[in-house]
Order: sequence, then structure tokens, then C-alpha cells
Amino acid sequence: MTVLLFARARDLLGIDRLEIDEAATVGDLRRRLTQLYPKLAGLAAVSAFAVNNEFASDTTPIPANAEVALLPPVSGG
Amino acid sequence: MIRLTRAAIDYLALTEEVRRGDCGAVVLFLGTVRELTGERVTVALDYDAYPAMAEKKMAEIEAETRKRWPVGAMILEHRLGHLEVGDISVAVAVSCPHRVEAFEACRYAIDRLKELVPIWKKENWADGSTEWVHPGA
Repeated sequence: MTVLLFARARDLLGIDRLEIDEAATVGDLRRRLTQLYPKLAGLAAVSAFAVNNEFASDTTPIPANAEVALLPPVSGG
Repeated sequence: MIRLTRAAIDYLALTEEVRRGDCGAVVLFLGTVRELTGERVTVALDYDAYPAMAEKKMAEIEAETRKRWPVGAMILEHRLGHLEVGDISVAVAVSCPHRVEAFEACRYAIDRLKELVPIWKKENWADGSTEWVHPGA
């Protein structure tokens, strides 16, 4: 699956998306990202995730082919 | 109506767009790039977004606002890219029949935008360093 990255998350890894094995839920994905990318751990812990353009909780299932994004705390306006 | 743009926000045109004969009140909020955060000096901000979701959330905020107040017309517009001190980053224009509801609707819309819409700013400090702004991170 593809996870879109923005803002500091993108700068920390130097890429705007990453490919990762399928995760069943957002919580699984958060844990896996933290293990695979220690540099992201601190930010991933306080970030939201979006599944198909909607905020998702850790229990939200991730359907096949979903568009998934890691959303660090927002600062628009 | 909601818009993401990389061009300068034309707040006069946008204010004209929401004026209507059945609305006696127009409220315009502009967010502009501020030079000082505490004692640190900003020279510019770079705004990034997750555009598809940002547009979806902004449309939802417009719908929520219209449910709560008798909005005639409203525009939520956010600029992306490189902005310098004084540039307008965001505009919310709302028309309603009366002023109280126009003020409340405009305040609600900008507060929700800052809370929910996936847009991020990066500080370009005067000392040459840069820093993404992630409240609480």
C-alpha cells in the first residue's frame, strides 16, 4: 500500500510517499511505520491518518487500494 | 464556495462575490503572514496541502456553516506556496441577512478551517533556518 507524506514527515524521509506491506487497520499501520522508520516515530505518534480523504482512528480498517495519508498536526490559516 | 489557489488572494473581488440584495451584512476575515512569533522573526511562510482532502474538508465546513446560520453566500479561500510577510494566506467572506449571524458564521468557518483542513506552514526564520509548524508535535 502507498502512504502519502506531507510537511515534516516528507522532509524527515526525503520522499513524498512510501510503499509498505498492507496493514489491516490504521493502528497497525502506525505501529509498522514507527518500527520501519524510527525517524518518523515521534511525529507519527501525534499525527492523524486519513483513509480515502477522511480522518481515521486507530481502529479504522484500511480497505484494499485505499488512499492513505499521514497527517502531522495541521497549521493552515 | 471553496478555493485553493497559488495566486494572490483578491479580497476585494471576493468580498464583492458574496454581496447580495437579501443580505444586509458582509463579514470578511483575512489571515496574513505575521512577522513576529514571540521574539522570532519570520521572513516568509511556505504553505503545503493535501489538496484533495483539503478541498473536501473546506466544502464540509461550508456545509456545516450553512446548516447553522442563514448564510447567503460564502467563500473560503486558502493560498498555497511561498508567502512573504503581509501576504494574505486565507480569506473567509460571509454574507447573511444580519450582522450577528455573519460574524458568528465567519468565526466558526475560520476556526474549523484551522482545526481540520490538512494544510501546513513552514516558517522561514530571519536567521535562515526553517521549521514546519506542527502544534503539539
